[in-house]
Amino acid sequence: MTSLKAWFDRRGWSDLIIGLPYVWLVLLFLLPFLIVVAMSVATKTPTAPPFSFGGEVPWINLGGYARLVQDPLYLRAFLISLGNAGTATFFCLLLGYPMALALTRVSRSWRNILLMLVILPFWTSFLLRVYAWMGLMGKSSWFNEGLTDLWNWIVPVDWAVKSLPMMHSNFAVVLVMVYTYLPFMILPLYASLERLDPTLDEAALDLGSRPWQVFLDVTLPQSIPGIIAGGLLVFIPAAGELVIPSLVGDASAPMIGRVISDEFSSARDWPMASAVAVALLTLMVVPTMIYNHYQARAEGSR
Amino acid sequence: MTRRPTFLLSVLAFGFAFFYVPILSMIVYSFNASRLATVWGGFSTKWYVSLWSNAKVIEALMLSLKIALVSATLATILGTMAGIAIVRMGKFRGRTLFSGLVTAPLIMPEVITGVSSLIFFLLLAQWIGWPAQRGFATITLAHITFSMVFVTTIIQARLLQFDQAIEHAAMDLGSRPWQVLFDITLPVIFPAILSGWLLAFTISLDDVVITSFTTGPGSTTLPLLIWSKVKLGVTPDINALATLMVLAVGLGVVIAGVVMTRAEARRMADERLAFRTGR
Repeated sequence: MTSLKAWFDRRGWSDLIIGLPYVWLVLLFLLPFLIVVAMSVATKTPTAPPFSFGGEVPWINLGGYARLVQDPLYLRAFLISLGNAGTATFFCLLLGYPMALALTRVSRSWRNILLMLVILPFWTSFLLRVYAWMGLMGKSSWFNEGLTDLWNWIVPVDWAVKSLPMMHSNFAVVLVMVYTYLPFMILPLYASLERLDPTLDEAALDLGSRPWQVFLDVTLPQSIPGIIAGGLLVFIPAAGELVIPSLVGDASAPMIGRVISDEFSSARDWPMASAVAVALLTLMVVPTMIYNHYQARAEGSR
Repeated sequence: MTRRPTFLLSVLAFGFAFFYVPILSMIVYSFNASRLATVWGGFSTKWYVSLWSNAKVIEALMLSLKIALVSATLATILGTMAGIAIVRMGKFRGRTLFSGLVTAPLIMPEVITGVSSLIFFLLLAQWIGWPAQRGFATITLAHITFSMVFVTTIIQARLLQFDQAIEHAAMDLGSRPWQVLFDITLPVIFPAILSGWLLAFTISLDDVVITSFTTGPGSTTLPLLIWSKVKLGVTPDINALATLMVLAVGLGVVIAGVVMTRAEARRMADERLAFRTGR
């Protein structure tokens, strides 16, 4: 007992603090992940569990990865995912940048309230935020009817429609992605814009710059780390999104998250699902490394 | 700049309308008497009444709360340990891998976490016979794993801000390192621990994707119940349920925010007082 106490006093307490979460993450995060990587080169079998490493002479079966390149289904799903995530990121930036800039221009008391209002949707259920848009985009909703009237009023009579087909399209996916991920864009942008020195703006104005020139020459270049951080915080989860495309997306044009889920559950093809998962992760490693690079540089400059 | 930034403020107003109009519309339509979810048919609270007598909803809510309470508590303990390990333990063997392990789950797409957890549990059942049945235990394990790293980020940020001089002073006065941890470090970062717990709790309460992969027959959490209904379309009773959830969370966050701001203000006042009397 005394030796145990001595061990605890000396180094046991720190071993426990490091060891417990370490072992937990290795067992429940790293190990399952490594199993998926190994699974991606296994062979699908009609047994339970539905895979094996034996049989043919090379134990490693790269068939999954070969199909990934050859079968246009996967390539298309990757392109749709990247396209939707990229478009959503662009519109988040387009809307989020002026919002973040506006937040730095309001009085301090207002700012705290407004920031709270930006963060509040974060805490409410993600699923319900998607659901709220399903209500708005449906054919007979006030929102759809209003937009339909507007559309019919603008376009020539021949193009008139009874209701806009908003649901089950890539448009719906991008719209809901912008809605749910906009706070991820605003917060890092706000953090980087808030640090800027307003006297630089004044100096540029005094020297004869027009306000939009000040923005292009002074504000925008200094906020690039914020743009990159916000962009990746939107792009990375959006590219692997499953809930939004399942609820409002076009079922005939699935995103990659849907493909992984379907390969796994419906097709019971664990090796293929794993190969797609590994490919998606590989694609995400690149933007993450860019993010880390800029993050480290931003930290260094502080 | 004396000119009012009209353009920026109008975009800000538009942005907030974009944030809140869908939620407000959902709340309004939860009081819709019509069975058709999107056509207004007069005011009614009948969906709330029917919700209250819906045993399935209550059961799912209870399961979700149970999972969220257990997983948030364990995730907070493990996540806090991980945060302290990274910021305060200096260099230890395997530190690089460890810091990778606490950031990777943050960017891992939920589908992949879900699929890998399910494969892991299925193989585990094959090898050691556990878990024979997926449900409460497997969902909770998966939730702890992916929410603890969010706690770690919060704890890390707080520890980096906090002045280590107090810890060194206690050490000089003869405290053991673990006593310093319990008497000084943990009380000082307590607000961060609390926000970490709240975040882990809401993440668990809200999760659909990972839960749908790690659940088994008979274990339907509230998000899974909503998910299965929402896939079929918009219904007024889900509007009512959504309204209650949004209001509960909104109220909780506002109250927590006010309490934390007050506590922080009091702490800062105490600190100022301490410095003044110290001098």
